[in-house]
Amino acid sequence: MTTLAPSPPVETEPARRASSPDAASRRTAAKQVGVLVAVCLLVILAAPSDYSVRIATLVLVYAALAMGLNVVVGLAGLLDLGFIAFFGVGAYTYALLASDLHDIHLNFWVLLPVGMLVAAMLGVLVGLPALRTHGDYLAIVTLGFGEIVFILLVNLDRPVNITNGPQGVLGIDLPSIGGWEVGKEGVFLGAFGLTPTMQFFVLATLYVAAVMYCALRLRDARLGRAWRAMRESEAATSSCGVSIVRAKMSAFVFGASVAGGAGVLTAAWYGSVFPDSFLFSESIKVLAMVVLGGIGSVWGALAGALMLVLMPELLREFDQYRLLIFGLVLVLVMRLRPQGLFGSRSPGIRAPGTLGNRIRRRLRRPTDRGGRS
Amino acid sequence: MDVLESLPQQLVYGLALGSVYAMIALGYSMVYGVLEFINFSHGEVFMVGAFASLLTLTALTGIGGVVSWGPVLLLLMLLAAMVASGALGVAVERLAYRPLRRSSRLAPLISAIGVSLILQNIVMLLQVRFQGDSRPQFVAAGEVVPAGGWDVLGVRISHTAGLVFGVSIVLMLALGALVTRSSLGRSMRATAQDPEVAGLMGINVSGVITRTFLIGSGLAGAAGCLVALYYTQIDYTMGFSAGIKAFAAAVLGGIGSIRGAMAGGLVLGVTEAFAATFMSAAYKDLIAFALLVLVLAIRPAGLLGRKTLERV
Repeated sequence: MTTLAPSPPVETEPARRASSPDAASRRTAAKQVGVLVAVCLLVILAAPSDYSVRIATLVLVYAALAMGLNVVVGLAGLLDLGFIAFFGVGAYTYALLASDLHDIHLNFWVLLPVGMLVAAMLGVLVGLPALRTHGDYLAIVTLGFGEIVFILLVNLDRPVNITNGPQGVLGIDLPSIGGWEVGKEGVFLGAFGLTPTMQFFVLATLYVAAVMYCALRLRDARLGRAWRAMRESEAATSSCGVSIVRAKMSAFVFGASVAGGAGVLTAAWYGSVFPDSFLFSESIKVLAMVVLGGIGSVWGALAGALMLVLMPELLREFDQYRLLIFGLVLVLVMRLRPQGLFGSRSPGIRAPGTLGNRIRRRLRRPTDRGGRS
Repeated sequence: MDVLESLPQQLVYGLALGSVYAMIALGYSMVYGVLEFINFSHGEVFMVGAFASLLTLTALTGIGGVVSWGPVLLLLMLLAAMVASGALGVAVERLAYRPLRRSSRLAPLISAIGVSLILQNIVMLLQVRFQGDSRPQFVAAGEVVPAGGWDVLGVRISHTAGLVFGVSIVLMLALGALVTRSSLGRSMRATAQDPEVAGLMGINVSGVITRTFLIGSGLAGAAGCLVALYYTQIDYTMGFSAGIKAFAAAVLGGIGSIRGAMAGGLVLGVTEAFAATFMSAAYKDLIAFALLVLVLAIRPAGLLGRKTLERV
């Protein structure tokens, strides 16, 4: 994302001061991604069963989605209610171009960027009306788009079979590196073995690490600052010379391509896709992760994914009540802790997450921002 | 020329459907006018209205047929639906929206999504609790409205379609009179223009908001009752798509405008009915959403809406 926002010809800040926060941001991002990878490594080493690795992989997939949506909703303040459509488009891109359905078998590594690109293009399409509508209208437009994608996935089996309709696509190819297929059989390095599930876990870890690095770096970059400024006031941001069109579009495109890539990964992992996986309730689930973890916080997105994936696993007998609980969580979090469990609604440009700052922020009275200005 | 011959017939279906959309759309539009907030749970309020009318029907006809005369049944069902939905709408506003009135724009919308999940699942769980499953419910509309209909110039207008159209027109005219003639209507319009100044002029803004929710939700409840009679089948998920489409109708006509909501509802209903004939029925929902996206992309303020300047 280097092409965005060309730097103004007259830089009032000395170059020394301008470059040092960038280096600091790079260091923190790298450090935080390092922590994530280390934790994931521990999960592999300590996982008691293949099943728990599966759950951990699911957490990572949702974490990637939540981090992508977090950029759109949390940083840019654009409520997207059809986010899962991008995930679906990515998953279907891989499913249709790497399975027996159309007898096309393209490589995973080719299709990963393709899936991201297709999702990004859809993101641009969704973003177009977003440029002219604001706030709540946008939420409905994205919801409409999500429903349109779902209806198309279900119904595009006639007159020409493209998506195979409600039956979904089965027998999707495994990703391959050279001649070796990820997830086919165990790989052994001496005494230590990687089961097929673990291999996908590693793949998901790499993906989430990449997404997390981009999200952290973008947050501190010029573009990320523009997003956060736009979230607070579109008019003020645009009067500071920030292109609102570009800022909105890039938020949508980033979120969409992250979700598209996650879709490709998930389709390859599951080996099958069904339209039902991309219902509105899934969009809400990802939104709930972002909101619960903390709107605008990258680690919050991860924490939200962890909580909402583990919750139904731990409360199996309450499965019926899952959506009811989601609803209650959304309402209660908005009422009691609108910034989420780990989030900060500090409008400041940098919101360091150190313990001292967090305590200080808690002591400070919440700013009373007028609902309608 | 089968398709062309069926056009007048589709127009009748479309108008009946559209008047229901219009009634739900009015709730969105009124709330948006006053609070500038999309009441996402409005569709669920409509769904609860449908269930309230079904419960009333079952209760009244079940035990030895306490009431069996159609018009009285209808009146009681409508009343029950409107009271239940109206009360629910007010309660939701108190509990989930009012505390968030001073927070960011995102907060009440997310809260509303939460409310909508809660209402849907409560109805589902109650159904499971008392019936063992959550299948769609059959509504014995025959007890209320006699089957059959009128033949007008070769077009069949079923009694229920006529009822839906008639009741919704009466209710919408009543609303129109309320908003333009009564003092409540005047304070609603004042609040919609500028809540702060309206408050300074002695209008109880919170009271107006409560009444707006009461009226809008009551209309949605009536729509729920009419849909239950018209389609004779209701389920706990019906609020979602009806709500979205009614919102599309409100936006289509220009949100915040009452006449716009009525026009938008009718246009959407007729479009959908025609789309179902000309294209496959599977794509009729797609038409509604595509229309919504298109209108918002081209005329963000809706067909009849005026462009408003964003206040800073």
